[in-house]
Amino acid sequence: MNPALQGVITIIVGVGGCIGYFYLSNQFLDKVLFPARGKHIGRNINRANMIRPWLFLFPAIFALALYLGYPVIETLRLSFTDRSLDGAFVGFDNYAQMASEPKFWEAMRNNMLWLIIVPAMSTAFGLLAAQLTDRIAWGNVAKSFIFMPMAISFVGASVIFKLIYDTRPANQDQIGVLNAIWLMFEGGPGSYLFLRLLPAGIVICFALLMAYVLYLALKPLFRREAGAGGSWWSVPLRLFAGFVAAWMIWLSAKSVFSVLAAEFAYGSPQTWLTLPFWNSFFLMVVLIWIQTGFAMVILSAALRGIPEETIEAAILDGANPFQIFFRIKVPQIMGTIVVVWTTITLVVLKVFDIVFAMTNGQWETQVLANYMYDKLFRANDWGVGSASAIVIMVLVLPILVWNVYNARKEMS
Amino acid sequence: MSSLSLKDVCKSYGSVEVLRDINLEIDQGELIVFVGPSGCGKSTLLRMIAGLETITGGTLEIDHERMNDVPPAQRGIAMVFQTYALYPHMTVRDNMAFGMKIAKKSRSEIDAAIANAARILQLEPYLDRLPKALSGGQRQRVAIGRAIVRNPKVFLFDEPLSNLDAALRVATRIEIAQLKESMPESTMVYVTHDQVEAMTLASRIVVLHGGNIEQVGAPLDLYERPANTFVAQFIGSPAMNLLDAKITAAGETTSVQMPDGGRATVPIASQGSDAGSSVRLGVRPEDLTITESDEFLVSADVDIVEALGETTVLYFMSKNGEAALIAKLPGIHKIAKGTNIRLTAAPEKLHLFDDKGTSFFYR
Repeated sequence: MNPALQGVITIIVGVGGCIGYFYLSNQFLDKVLFPARGKHIGRNINRANMIRPWLFLFPAIFALALYLGYPVIETLRLSFTDRSLDGAFVGFDNYAQMASEPKFWEAMRNNMLWLIIVPAMSTAFGLLAAQLTDRIAWGNVAKSFIFMPMAISFVGASVIFKLIYDTRPANQDQIGVLNAIWLMFEGGPGSYLFLRLLPAGIVICFALLMAYVLYLALKPLFRREAGAGGSWWSVPLRLFAGFVAAWMIWLSAKSVFSVLAAEFAYGSPQTWLTLPFWNSFFLMVVLIWIQTGFAMVILSAALRGIPEETIEAAILDGANPFQIFFRIKVPQIMGTIVVVWTTITLVVLKVFDIVFAMTNGQWETQVLANYMYDKLFRANDWGVGSASAIVIMVLVLPILVWNVYNARKEMS
Repeated sequence: MSSLSLKDVCKSYGSVEVLRDINLEIDQGELIVFVGPSGCGKSTLLRMIAGLETITGGTLEIDHERMNDVPPAQRGIAMVFQTYALYPHMTVRDNMAFGMKIAKKSRSEIDAAIANAARILQLEPYLDRLPKALSGGQRQRVAIGRAIVRNPKVFLFDEPLSNLDAALRVATRIEIAQLKESMPESTMVYVTHDQVEAMTLASRIVVLHGGNIEQVGAPLDLYERPANTFVAQFIGSPAMNLLDAKITAAGETTSVQMPDGGRATVPIASQGSDAGSSVRLGVRPEDLTITESDEFLVSADVDIVEALGETTVLYFMSKNGEAALIAKLPGIHKIAKGTNIRLTAAPEKLHLFDDKGTSFFYR
């Protein structure tokens, strides 16, 4: 049969089946089960109306239960069984085995790095793009270009970036943009500026930012502000945030020297994706590139929703553009920022395609989803594979709940 | 001394001129109300004073300093917006403190200013609330408080009562009047389309129409001596009746004759050359009284009677179905629809406008 014909038949059967289901089931409810006539007509109508929502919801609930609910429970069960023992119950053995594998902890560590960096960078770039494109005449054109990566699949984006990171032997022309740029540095003053002073400057800026965070976190503890009561958990939270900030300052202070003293292999093309630690960042760039568009579109809509008068009032109060942006605009769209952030966090926790297509978890770039795939489909060890799937779900769940909670709050 | 002056101020968007050659001197301590129909440019003029709109031509001076290119925050003004424009994420206290924090004022100075504003506006119990936990009237008070804290030379109000319900509007209007009394030194510019607000609050009213100032004056001057037919019909409710008439005798007093037989002698001077020319005789609905004598202004059949108890409003329709004349009589009058009635008014209550609409009084 012609595939087009097949498609048409499928559509007719599918749509017709839906209409048929709703029509016939409602007919059955109204005519046979609780007919709107006879002695109990009022009671029958009320009962039929109580059942009707469930009639409409049933197909969705059924499909969700079959394709989402059941797999979750089955995965949980499988994570407690062992394939080599014919599926015998082994308790937490799979989890224990997983915890003893360095590759798992590498995946956990990388996932945490992804989790911190990708949502932060995507949201920050998205916010920046949203604010800047609102101000210029060709902003909408710029927006479409920034949004375009959203239309590219993760694998497609990985292919594009594989070409950017591509390496050719030193005596050939480089087709990878990154290596082409790298080979422009030869150790002169330009290299000193861009490869030592600039990174060092960025690190120092980061350290200063962290110092500001430290100041903000600890200030209320020393100087009681009027009206700043706070809950009982705010003190330990502030202490923790202060500790993290202090630690970041220490780390960045240390790395300033290593950045300034680093030895660079000028003139030799680098295989970027095999540089441990840094290659994870090269992979993150792909996801940031894609998610920035998403963040920009949502945040741009939120920025336009801010009442113009509050901005005019701030202008009259003497605020400069930076103060207006950070103290008037950003706080007003904080709810949306949180939703965007958590939504991207969910994407990041599930990240698989990019790592799979670019490094397949080699050279210390493993992430949880790819680890699961390795165990489940390559090693055929569904015990450990299911255990890692459960770990991912447990990590996603609280963020998902928080995301839905915030999105609902935004809507009301 | 003049605290705010506009000299030949113009505003145009491209080729569209919204304001033409506005000249106005505002003294310190005045409460000036800009009033006019929608689109007359009153809000634009206020926003130009605030610095939110650029001034296309002319000069704006505050305290004799040219302000055309001075940033809004340095003009010494504070503005209260129609929609309150409170920062929704800040408490009432922070809303009021924001401007001073930006200006890096000391904490004690900020606290003192807020305490003062909160006392004037009775906002003390609400200082730590967010705007969303306040009623409309309270929000508007916070917006006014934010203006007071800035201690400006000129307060600007952009239709501050439009978003309030009717009862609250009256209460807040009285609060603003009291606020002005408690700060007699401060200059205020107030924009509204509501003539009741204009009449009750203003020390002087500026009537704007189509980008021009039609008349500037004390509220009752505008009511008693409107400069032209626009002001005559804009101030007062129901609007002033305008009757077509011809001058029969000019001089110290002017005699006019209406087409349907009505006559009047108005104690307003006219020149000999005016004799025989077409004019419009203005008379307010509330100045008309019923008469039996032959010296009447109008004689017509009543079309609609509205008995309100306090007043009785009579409508006389023209042939095309519009209200040609409205009379507002005090008290209760038992008048049946269709009754022929003669109306007259005291001569000094009459207004005379030439064919261009300008009042004879101001010629």
